[in-house]
Amino acid sequence: MMDTFVMRHLPALLIAVPLFAAFLMPIVGGAGRVVRNAWVVLGALATSAVGLALAWKVLATGTVLYVFGAAAPHVPLPMDSGGIPIRIVFQIDALSALMVVIASLSSLGITIYSLAAESRQSGLETFYAMLFLLIAGVLGMVSTGDLFNFFVFLEISSLAGAALVAYRVDNGVAVEAGLKYALLSTLGALAVLTAIGILIGQYNALNLATLASRLQFTTLDKLALVLLAVPLAMKCGAVPMHFWTPDSYTTAPSSVTAFLVVSSQASLYGLFRILFTLYGPLLSWATFGWFLIVLGVLSMFVGVTMAIPQKDVKRLMAYHAVSQTGYMLLGVGVGLAVLGNPDALAKYGRTAMAGGLFHIINHAMYKGLLFLTAGAVFYRAGTRNLNKLGGLGHDMPWTMVCFMIGALAIAGVPPFNGFASKLLIYESVFRFSPFLSIIAMIVSILTLASFVKVFHSMFLGPRRAEFAAVREVPAPMLAGMALLAVFVVAAGLAPQPFVDRLIQPAVEALVDRAGYIAAILGGI
Amino acid sequence: MDLFQTLQTGSGAWNPLLWLVALGVALGVALAIRSRGRKDFREGVGRKPFISGNEEPENGGGHVPASNLYWGFLESLKSYYARIVPLHTGIPTDYVAWLLGVMALMLVVVLVF
Repeated sequence: MMDTFVMRHLPALLIAVPLFAAFLMPIVGGAGRVVRNAWVVLGALATSAVGLALAWKVLATGTVLYVFGAAAPHVPLPMDSGGIPIRIVFQIDALSALMVVIASLSSLGITIYSLAAESRQSGLETFYAMLFLLIAGVLGMVSTGDLFNFFVFLEISSLAGAALVAYRVDNGVAVEAGLKYALLSTLGALAVLTAIGILIGQYNALNLATLASRLQFTTLDKLALVLLAVPLAMKCGAVPMHFWTPDSYTTAPSSVTAFLVVSSQASLYGLFRILFTLYGPLLSWATFGWFLIVLGVLSMFVGVTMAIPQKDVKRLMAYHAVSQTGYMLLGVGVGLAVLGNPDALAKYGRTAMAGGLFHIINHAMYKGLLFLTAGAVFYRAGTRNLNKLGGLGHDMPWTMVCFMIGALAIAGVPPFNGFASKLLIYESVFRFSPFLSIIAMIVSILTLASFVKVFHSMFLGPRRAEFAAVREVPAPMLAGMALLAVFVVAAGLAPQPFVDRLIQPAVEALVDRAGYIAAILGGI
Repeated sequence: MDLFQTLQTGSGAWNPLLWLVALGVALGVALAIRSRGRKDFREGVGRKPFISGNEEPENGGGHVPASNLYWGFLESLKSYYARIVPLHTGIPTDYVAWLLGVMALMLVVVLVF
């Protein structure tokens, strides 16, 4: 009975659980450190369990619909709505499920890690309340089938993210970074809201599937497309709109930075939804495919070349986050460019998209892991400056092992997960344009070079006198890192099951625009 | 379920299990070669590292800081970095200008194509 009730209302619980954890945090936090930490762990476990159960349900039974406030929430157009999707609908298909899995795994790892990493800070009730709001915002963005609701969750994640970036005041540097994040996010959200206004003014609908079925591609629709796509590309850190990324990622606490990566990927999801599902065949495939490809190549190259000279380890990793986003844009961009060519789509387009989507989950895990290792080094050594660090491998062996796993994965070295997704991208993109594939490989070589520098600077060399008191980080931090490291190794050693069960269904969901629309409008 | 299935890339394939076997063989060969080395070698006894004829630095003094790595790479791309680094001004209004610039460019592309 209870099982059935929970399984039926999983989409609502997906948002309700982290919101409940967030809103009760100030009250629970007053009961002391132990109770607060127990509440944080409970909230993180429950959120992840709901997310993974929902993803499992979607992958096992197909798209899950949930109409909020309806007597029959699983019926897309309840009779009491007059056959019009006026209520908020969550539409979780395989692509949404992929993103929910990413957010669920990542949020669990970073929350456990933060229990020890942030234990010396004050104001932790606010910190965790904001963290759960950020998690709720990301889960909402990737689950909703309503454009205005997407904007609301985008705002929740942006405001919570800005507050968390500025959490450690750090002589005003973090506050400045938080302000920049808030400014860019607000401007982007304003553009998205304007686009939504344009669309509802013309089509009298906010539901994504309904809008997709009614869109005429008028001049106003074209303006709305720009107002939706460009801010979302900015939010995912695509060059040349990436400038906020190194500022924000560097100053935020490392556990937050690891989840900001997922937040950026939720914007990437939004961008793909707009291009593939909302506008779909109305677009010139080649033009918008190349739009993604150009953004991807710029992001890959500028990101990695800006990373190499950096001295702050988190700033260096932030530029690599920009660079890795380029791979996702490249893979999915090639798929979009050949969407109108069934032959090319079958030969390499779907594989390119699979590589791009597989890279999203892989990147969330290994880049999250790398940010957590950087946070571990800062926790013990008290500096992020690579010129001052050295010899930490003697006293932080497990952190070093986790770093090595993350670094080899991001560089695309087998048998880690980054290699599997990059291989799919290299081989499929090569058939589209060998030049693009070669750029992607060169960027991987530069990424390896950059992380060799970081490894040398942080962990190698003899013990240094100034770090004589350094020892391994507390168990919760190691547990958080280990959770992500296990995924990185597992998805590298057994990539095909991940591709078959998680990635290919997501590719089909992205391509099958008619199926997304029919899930709502076909149910009358 | 076969966990170690071959990853199909459309034009190629990758099997992590085979790679692990190959890695194991390579490690075995490396260990076999190592086992043929001198058994009487003891670290630090009667030998000093050769550092281009320089004296070995004191403990900790031999660590090369990050800024000294990849000097050649950065020097050869000096003209590229001279252009790309100044774009990262850190000024929020510049960030907004880039966002608006890409929006304007994108609008032109959408209207034309």
